Amino acid sequence: MRKIKELVIEKSLLTSALITIAITIGIVLVLAIEAVQFFSEVSIIDFLTDTQWTPLFTDKHYGILPLLSGTLLTSFIAISVALPIGLSISIYLSEYAPKSFRKTVKPLLELLAAVPTVVYGFFALIVVTPILQQIIPGLSGFNSLSAGFVMGIMIIPYISSISEDALHAVPNALREASFGMGATKLQTAFKVVVPAASSGIIVSIILAISRAIGETMIVAIAAGQQPRLTLDPTVPVETITAYIVQVSLGDVEHGSVEYRTIFAAGITLFVLTFLLNTLSYRIRKKYQERYE
Amino acid sequence: MNNIQKNRLKDQIFKVWGIGCTLFALILLAFFIGDILIDGIMRIDWAFIIDLPSRKPEKAGIYTALMGSIWILFLTTIIAFPIGVAAGVYLEEYSKKNRLSAILEINISNLAGVPSIIYGLLGLEVFVRIMGLGASVLAGSLTLSLLILPIIIVATREAIKAVPKSIKDASYALGASKWQTIWNQVLPASSGGILTGVILALSRAVGETAPLIVVGALAYVPFAPESPMDDFSVLPIQIFNWISRPQHGFIENAAAAIIILLLITFIMNGIAVYFRNKWQKKLK
Repeated sequence: MRKIKELVIEKSLLTSALITIAITIGIVLVLAIEAVQFFSEVSIIDFLTDTQWTPLFTDKHYGILPLLSGTLLTSFIAISVALPIGLSISIYLSEYAPKSFRKTVKPLLELLAAVPTVVYGFFALIVVTPILQQIIPGLSGFNSLSAGFVMGIMIIPYISSISEDALHAVPNALREASFGMGATKLQTAFKVVVPAASSGIIVSIILAISRAIGETMIVAIAAGQQPRLTLDPTVPVETITAYIVQVSLGDVEHGSVEYRTIFAAGITLFVLTFLLNTLSYRIRKKYQERYE
Repeated sequence: MNNIQKNRLKDQIFKVWGIGCTLFALILLAFFIGDILIDGIMRIDWAFIIDLPSRKPEKAGIYTALMGSIWILFLTTIIAFPIGVAAGVYLEEYSKKNRLSAILEINISNLAGVPSIIYGLLGLEVFVRIMGLGASVLAGSLTLSLLILPIIIVATREAIKAVPKSIKDASYALGASKWQTIWNQVLPASSGGILTGVILALSRAVGETAPLIVVGALAYVPFAPESPMDDFSVLPIQIFNWISRPQHGFIENAAAAIIILLLITFIMNGIAVYFRNKWQKKLK
């Protein structure tokens, strides 16, 4: 009797675990089925090479490049803000700061990642853009600069926290050896500790990039909704995620090509983030083996 | 200046730079919150909480959106909590090191990195269309449950890992079965850590906007939902809708609603940190 009960419990726990696999299969199937139907009506070569994305206009073009460039531009700006600041914070907290300071500051910084993204959208549009407009004349009310900057602030803790964990895990013997040779803290940090923790730092950067690419509300609110193939940070652009939001807010008939465009855009986004996540997982696994 | 002095100077400069970066991030956070408070605090009164949405900013309230968020929170908890903890227990206590466990692990790690809007597309097809739930609270909650499942699973595993092996050995020595040991010893000992993870995951769910927009949650709902099958809106969508309007009155409303949303998020985070600290002390 007891054996049967134990078995039933084990199997139901296993079922719960298998649900996670069902989610992945579900995501892939949903995106793939709708995307296949989309590509039966739109040539995949047009999708990848056309420089215009206008599925909601009369003159329809289905080139993903403008959405992709918008996504990469905002993400690039975000990383340019988050990487130097986040990395400096992590090195400072791990190598210089007193223990008590570290213990108070880390959770406060992580609060940055806990703020809902719609709130950051408000900051970007209502607070940051007007300030930037005073510095950069001609800056459009919707632009990738302000959206990217605020997104960068949001992802600082992704880089600072994970990198700090990696730096902190470096054995003290390495530091002491370096100090013993007469090196300063700065030399030790950059020549010994950072290289030793490099895989963890790289993982944190990849995760931050993946987070920026998938971020939706900040760009939907502050970057505009005009797909445009440009590297100019002062004009409105549209990201893949913002496009999906735009269509979801409108009245698009289920089963139409317009409806399927969000799945074609979605699969592009999924593939991008999947590649980045897999890469970071691989690096993390290798790193664990080295330290444990 | 010789080399040693130069290196010491560089060291000092970096130290100042490091403090500067840390303070920059914290001050910006404080500035954002301060700005929101100035913009919105005057707008918050009891009427703002219990009023229905309106075309006129001064008459509009957050009642329906707040109720929608509470419904979503409630349903997401009852769906995601048992499944997430069960999966976490399986992976930590039952699963053997084999192909299946490797696949499960890679898969969960990958799911945690899937953008939330993709979950919205999944929910739109599976829950809204195929299962025919429509743009209901239930469809929204199911979608968010899938989204936070990986977070709960990872937190459960970490919490169980922290339980000392001696507790389990003692239970087995007294003749308890595997499940009795888990239910009576492991889960109570790890409950603080699990609770922390679940609350953090739920605080993420409260702030989510994009997947619910994709699922079809509305910006304007005349009444608060009364059953899981009703249409709904949530606070973040209400905020998004107000930000997108040109009249200044709505910006003030958005700031006021953000204060309420941040209050909910920060309180949940605070409770989570409290539980974690209490639990970590107990474990030691």
